[in-house]
Amino acid sequence: MNKNGKAWLYLLPAIAFLGVFMVYPLVDVFVYSFEEGYNSASQTFWGIGLYNYAYVLHDPYFLQAVKNTFLLVIITVPLSTGLALLISVGLNAIKPLRELYQTVFFLPYVTNTLAVGLVFMILFKKTAYSDGLINLLIHFFGGRSVDFIDGPYWAKMLVMCIYTVWVVMPFKILILTSALASVRQDYYNAAKIDGTSRWRTFTRITLPMISPMIFYLVITGFIGAFKAYSDEVAIFGTDLNAAGMNTIVGYVYDMLYGDSGGYPSYASAAALILFAIVLTITVINLMISRKNVQY
Amino acid sequence: MKVVLQHLTKKFPSRQKKGEDVVAVSDFTFEIPDGKLIGLLGPSGCGKSTTLNMICGLEPPTGGHIFFGEDDVTRLPPENRGVGLVFQNYALYPHMTVRQNILFPLQNLKGEARPAKAEMLRRAEEAARLVQIDALMDRKPSELSGGQQQRVAIARALVKMPKVLLLDEPLSNLDARLRLQTREEIRRIQRETGITTIFVTHDQEEAMSISDLIVVMKEGVVHQIGRPQDVYDEPKNLFVAKFLGTPPINVFSGEVRGGVLYLGEDGVLCVKGVGDRKVFVGVRPEGFLLQAAGPLCCTLRAVEVMGRDRSVVSAHPALLGTEIRSIIPSDEVLDAGHETVRFALKPAKVHLFDTETEARIPFEA
Repeated sequence: MNKNGKAWLYLLPAIAFLGVFMVYPLVDVFVYSFEEGYNSASQTFWGIGLYNYAYVLHDPYFLQAVKNTFLLVIITVPLSTGLALLISVGLNAIKPLRELYQTVFFLPYVTNTLAVGLVFMILFKKTAYSDGLINLLIHFFGGRSVDFIDGPYWAKMLVMCIYTVWVVMPFKILILTSALASVRQDYYNAAKIDGTSRWRTFTRITLPMISPMIFYLVITGFIGAFKAYSDEVAIFGTDLNAAGMNTIVGYVYDMLYGDSGGYPSYASAAALILFAIVLTITVINLMISRKNVQY
Repeated sequence: MKVVLQHLTKKFPSRQKKGEDVVAVSDFTFEIPDGKLIGLLGPSGCGKSTTLNMICGLEPPTGGHIFFGEDDVTRLPPENRGVGLVFQNYALYPHMTVRQNILFPLQNLKGEARPAKAEMLRRAEEAARLVQIDALMDRKPSELSGGQQQRVAIARALVKMPKVLLLDEPLSNLDARLRLQTREEIRRIQRETGITTIFVTHDQEEAMSISDLIVVMKEGVVHQIGRPQDVYDEPKNLFVAKFLGTPPINVFSGEVRGGVLYLGEDGVLCVKGVGDRKVFVGVRPEGFLLQAAGPLCCTLRAVEVMGRDRSVVSAHPALLGTEIRSIIPSDEVLDAGHETVRFALKPAKVHLFDTETEARIPFEA
């Protein structure tokens, strides 16, 4: 056996697994999305074309899901990154109790999703016994109670955004505190001797130094937020279409396995649309970061 | 601008709760004359960097005062002291170009002191020209060599026209050849600008070669201050004698009997004015003279040829240490086949030290 043959032999297990579980499904999704009227039971379809895309793009549920997803992305990514930066800078500035605060801020990351869901139930959900903690506070200040789970769209979106920000922030704080700690003290000493104001030190030295990490967090944050689904289920239950809180990934799932499911072609088309969106945003992000992060 | 240090002291609290404070700098009093280049010299951990940090204001002293000219700056924050500091690893901002780095201190200035934009650019160019990096203004620090980065760091410190320039181990990150070149460069820049300059180093050769005055420190205590040649020729104590000079001074245990210095059984030198006592004897490597009938008899180990000189490695029973290193001019005849070698000593290169206090004992040859 020649050298190349050996190399392929060694690669075989990985290639086989990746081929069966990654490449084949990817190709399959691509193929499905162009097969019109595909029936998974009989494995038949009556045409090839862009009908699936047209259907999905005219489906009000899909449009709602796109709107929800975009709102979530646009609100939570900058908000969570900004808050994480603020908290990290604060953590970096204090000495006493720093470890305690770090632990507190990192707790949500290691907390079970169900436990987090329960906390949000206590905060926001109306039950037979109470209106939820937040409503109690609103009452206390003389407001009228709001149904955050089954109520108006803005209230549901608010809960969703708070939840998402809260869940994604610990990781960002972790990354940013370590990024801040890795900026050498010499730079700050040099700035101090040159009489640099604190704000200028932050904007001209600290921010550029940690900008690679910030861009990393923004890019992964965008991707993560576009893929949001499980958090929505944790708060609003499985029938997200009825709640009007579905996301693109939720729509894909519903099209496959939901109560109205069984349409792999529509699901594939929606998934590819999501892929196109994420790809575009990521490329734009990378182009911006290339321009700004260079040393 | 002269710099006056009065009883400057820095103590750090001990790591253990009830332990004693660690004294980094102890009672440092010194007046640095205007426009001089001062080398703070000592082994690592001797408090020289702490002293520098106190002068620039990064580290508050526990006791004592610092004056710049007539002004007490002890409690002044670093930005109001008008000092320029060059860091050991330069601390150039990696995301800014050379020009932006040099401009940065000027852009921090506020109100009256802030020059117009064109003036800032002019001053940055001027500082860059002084350190000869004006052709590299649009590069990033990562695109420069170590020596060039060093120059940028000096330009950045000089651009705001500091009253005092401080350099923390300025040459330690450079290779040997560049080090020689850069230290001359520092000397030239200091002469041209006339700024009082203090630099910290653990390399005695570096300090001796360019300083007007050197300060030898050990464990927070100043052992000797003086012109490099004076400190070398008349060390106050054994530590200073050992710390200065390459190869280092050879130390023997000796005894003075009836005005004659004995190393073991060899009576090597007449020393007037010293009573009978035991002493430590330091002999500089260049203090040995090859003589067929010389009084000091050593076992010859090796002869190393260095071109201009030869380094003779030998041993003697009274030696404290492993070997005697002496430097002999190449033209003197030395038969390497012999087992012993005999030396006479140059009185000026021999120093006697008290065995208890290690202070130098003066004598007349």
